[in-house]
Amino acid sequence: MLLALHLAAALVAPALVGRLGRRAFLVLALVPASAAVWALTWSERVQGGELPLEQVRYVPALGLELTFRLDTLAWLMTVVVGGVGALVLAYCSAYFKSSAAGLGRFAGVFLAFAGSMLGLVLADDMILLFVMWELTTVTSYLLIGHNADKKASRRAAMQAIVITTAGGLALLVGVVLLGEAAGTYRMSAVIADPPPPGALTTAAIACLLFGAVTKSALVPFHFWLPAAMAAPTPVSAYLHAAAMVKAGVYLVARFAPAFAADPVWRWSVAVLGSATLLVGGYRAMRQHDLKLVLAFGTVSQLGLLVLLVGLGTRAAALAGVALLGAHAMFKASLFLVTGIVDAATGTRDLRRLSGVGRALPWTATAGALATASMIGLPPFAGFVAKEAGLEALLHLEGGWEGPLLVVAVAVGSAFTVAYGLRFWWGAFASKPVVPEGTPAHAATAPASPLARTPDAAPVPDASHHRHAAAEVTRPSLTLLWPALVLAVLGLATALLPALGEHLLSPYADTLPTGEAGHLVLWAGLTPALGITAAVLTVGVLLFVARGPFEAFGARVSRGPDADLVYRRTMRRLDDLAADVTAITQRGSLPVYLGVVLVVFVAGTGVALLTGTSLDVATRPWDHPAQLPFAVAAGLSALLVARARRRLKAVVLLGVCGYAIAGLFVVQGAPDLALTQVLVETVTLVVFVLVLRRLPAYFSDRPLAASRWVRVALGVAAGVTVAGVALVAPSARVHAPVSENFAEEAYEFGGGRNVVNVTLVDIRAWDTVGEIAVLLVAATGVASLVFLQRRSGQIFRADEAPADRAVWGGSPDPTAALRRAGPRAAAAGLERRTEWLRSARTLAPQRRSVIFEVVVRLLFHTMVVFGLFLLFSGHNQPGGGFAAGLVVGTALVVRYLAGGRYELGEAAPVQPGVLLGLGLFLSAGVGLAALLAGGTVLQSWILETDVPLLGHVKVVTSLVFDIGVFLLVVGVVLDVLRSLGAELDRRAEAGEDEVADGSHAIGAVGSFVGAAGSELRGSFADASDGAGAAVPTAATPAATPAPRDRPEVGP
Amino acid sequence: MIDMRPSLVLVLVIAVLVGTGVYLLLERSLTRVLVGAVLLSNGVNLLLLVAGGAAGRPPLTGDEGPGPSSDPLPQALTLTAIVITLGLTAFLLAMAYRSWQLHRHDEVQDDVEDRRIARLAARDERAFTDADTEADTGRGRSSLDEEAAELHDDTDEGTRGGAR
Repeated sequence: MLLALHLAAALVAPALVGRLGRRAFLVLALVPASAAVWALTWSERVQGGELPLEQVRYVPALGLELTFRLDTLAWLMTVVVGGVGALVLAYCSAYFKSSAAGLGRFAGVFLAFAGSMLGLVLADDMILLFVMWELTTVTSYLLIGHNADKKASRRAAMQAIVITTAGGLALLVGVVLLGEAAGTYRMSAVIADPPPPGALTTAAIACLLFGAVTKSALVPFHFWLPAAMAAPTPVSAYLHAAAMVKAGVYLVARFAPAFAADPVWRWSVAVLGSATLLVGGYRAMRQHDLKLVLAFGTVSQLGLLVLLVGLGTRAAALAGVALLGAHAMFKASLFLVTGIVDAATGTRDLRRLSGVGRALPWTATAGALATASMIGLPPFAGFVAKEAGLEALLHLEGGWEGPLLVVAVAVGSAFTVAYGLRFWWGAFASKPVVPEGTPAHAATAPASPLARTPDAAPVPDASHHRHAAAEVTRPSLTLLWPALVLAVLGLATALLPALGEHLLSPYADTLPTGEAGHLVLWAGLTPALGITAAVLTVGVLLFVARGPFEAFGARVSRGPDADLVYRRTMRRLDDLAADVTAITQRGSLPVYLGVVLVVFVAGTGVALLTGTSLDVATRPWDHPAQLPFAVAAGLSALLVARARRRLKAVVLLGVCGYAIAGLFVVQGAPDLALTQVLVETVTLVVFVLVLRRLPAYFSDRPLAASRWVRVALGVAAGVTVAGVALVAPSARVHAPVSENFAEEAYEFGGGRNVVNVTLVDIRAWDTVGEIAVLLVAATGVASLVFLQRRSGQIFRADEAPADRAVWGGSPDPTAALRRAGPRAAAAGLERRTEWLRSARTLAPQRRSVIFEVVVRLLFHTMVVFGLFLLFSGHNQPGGGFAAGLVVGTALVVRYLAGGRYELGEAAPVQPGVLLGLGLFLSAGVGLAALLAGGTVLQSWILETDVPLLGHVKVVTSLVFDIGVFLLVVGVVLDVLRSLGAELDRRAEAGEDEVADGSHAIGAVGSFVGAAGSELRGSFADASDGAGAAVPTAATPAATPAPRDRPEVGP
Repeated sequence: MIDMRPSLVLVLVIAVLVGTGVYLLLERSLTRVLVGAVLLSNGVNLLLLVAGGAAGRPPLTGDEGPGPSSDPLPQALTLTAIVITLGLTAFLLAMAYRSWQLHRHDEVQDDVEDRRIARLAARDERAFTDADTEADTGRGRSSLDEEAAELHDDTDEGTRGGAR
């Protein structure tokens, strides 16, 4: 519920900010506040062990559920997240300029973050926990990169997301390992009954800890947090002090009851925690930017927190969660105070700040209270928590580990005291101001007397430096009270330690070991108190000696710089990615294809050799007639591979295709043979149409060595496929699915031609898919040629320009003959009927009267034959494909005989219309069967007696076949119009030409001539190939028209 | 039941067609690639047919001659494959034409961008410079302090003499 509220608020936030301006933040603050209030109202019941549980099934199939549970730890985190969130939002309403850029986005992301953080701490499902965890990562990225126009901002955001996401992924792995090991993803169940120790559990623990370490900026991933200070200060206060960085601590605290006894856990927590505590404290001493001082301070405190909550004893855990709450209060407060100082003076550089405490006494008070809590001064919350922590460490059982940790914590705390004082001194004290650009250590003035309260702020003759100090303006009151509230709370909670203990001890009691700890303000003169006193003394001394200390720090090498290591790693990663890309993405088609083929040969070959016995029964042939066709196909294929001329290769390819058609006939597949012959013919023409633009010879490739590789690969592939061909037929163990096709075809499909019925009925969906591919291919051809439009104009004979002949351009060999004929004769010629309507648009030397006559006689015959094939295809060889190809071939012939204007006359439609209509008839009409109550593409048989024709039996799948027919005609027409007519037009208009391409027009003519004679030849082949199957198509073979026959004048 | 023993003649033809097809497919000239593809598809069509069993009568009902009829299913599959090959041929030819239009040849060149990346990778150079990630990894990089000093929030400056 609350999460939904946050989500909704995040969505409306930009609009609200747009309308109300920055005041909208006050309204939005109510959302996290409601979460905090909700948690507070539950506090007594939670303490009593009554845990509210909310569960929504999310993806039941995957066992995902949204489970939320409020226990003590979640309660504490909810209060922190909600309370600090509300205060920071209220603070925002005065912090930003009304005109600041991107406020709406900021508000939305901020609330989204608050919501995900809430979800993170309330989640009881581990997958949900991970999702929320990543959501906080992403929103944090957006908030850090708020000033997207700043390089430092972008870099910091990127660094943060890379590191925390790496941790998040590790967390996911850990969660999955844990969930699988435990058999449940419910966190409470896993913790109550952890999986037994073992390699798997250890790996899961390591992954979880890695996630926590990155999120909470522990060594060695601490560097992202200071860089993340590029975020606006309220974000730093909320995400990088109170909420997000605590997620890691929360995770450690959550799983500590289950795994604290594991050695990996113990060592990681102890070593990383104390190292972070020390490194953070040491670095914080040397920063000049107030936010950076706090950031390194946070790093240091996070180390301490993880150390305490991860240690696994009840006392330490109690101290840990108490410190968690205290830290949220004082650190958020300090960031807010920094924001006020920044807003008031325009700088956060403690070398340039002076006298701010006098100008802003209340701000200084808030800062002082929070600092006091941070450094552990009594009677503040920080003191209570640290005291309890030291007590817990002192009582740690097990030899030298405890004392060592006590020393580490003591040293870290001394650093804390020192940088805390330094922060307050830097922000508020009046002191000599260093002009910008002065080296840091030279700037350290003699220590001002220590000041703990603003009233006592010393003002030693600093006034003459004031002119160099940043100017102080007075910010609004709204900025102050959230900081003050948090600071005072740090005092108030400390005064009621029993209440804190009462509320928090249920969590500590979940830990298996150690005696219960206590939160007290005054425990008597214990060793812990002594340590605290010593720490305070040393801290003050360190602060006083900060000048020499900084100078020392600057001289000593800083050792490996984690940030630098990170940048270098990222750089190496980029290089590695480039290398991998360079190796795998060769950019060379032969290499890619070669890899595919090698894998095919190796994979299939190994399977063939190991999985089968190649010793199969074979026959030399099915029928002796296979032999000549096989020899023709094989020989021509080999010759194609050797051919150096393009045209030769293509013609041989045609021969091979026709030979295959012959094989089809012998195999008992007349439909296939018919289609193959027709396709081969059209292919040949299309090839020639394009080849006329390409050089006659294949270019020389000097790579002789690679040729042998190709030969080897070719042989290997051939042998492998031959093996497959040998083995596959005898591998059949079931009866063919097509065994009953014959009866089914006749009974349900109403046709005797089983293949055709298979295409239009039994497997009609396959055919729909296939013709769709054809349509796409045709459209692709047209768009590659026309480039800008789907198709070009339709050339009509009437519109042909008189001054320009089609396919003219080459020297006219018969010009001398024609010169004899006078102009008048030409005029007389006009009255004579032409065999073809557009024949006169051709250049005279390109015309052939015999060809024209033959085409004239043949065209209509072919169309009728096509239609015959279409309608008889259901029972006899034929069908939509063959019919479409026959009609397409008729168009091809018209085009070859009469040029592009003749094509326009023959088929004055846009091919797109045919294509669309065809697909509609095939697929669309199939849907009509639905209306009639059948399934899609179901067919009906209608039988009736028609006078004259006799008994007529119509099957509805005929409509489907007509669709196929139209589409195939459309494809051929489209190809002819783009690769034929349009290329002609361009060649004649000179559009394709570059400086050296001037002879291309001549080439067009001769190649088209060649195409014509080729076509005639192909029909001759077709007649042996398809024999009886295509009686009509074979007719033109009888009339070989001489190429380029001159037109003799009258 | 159809005789499932493969015919050696057909197997040999398939081997030759596939072999020559692959050989041509690995060429640079788009025309040869296309010719190779057509040969290859012819070979595969035959393979389909062989997998369907031995030759037989045409699969036409009501035309019962001697012997079993051939398997219609591979024939239907092959038929569509043949027509698709036509579409493929036309499309590749259009591409060859386009290539000629642009470059005056139909050779399939290596991808320029891929080669550039490979060259850069060999020299360990960046393909592009990204000021954000391009870490000044050397000595002179800006410190956190300096970067922090550059960044300021768009804050309300407040007023002189306002609250505290």
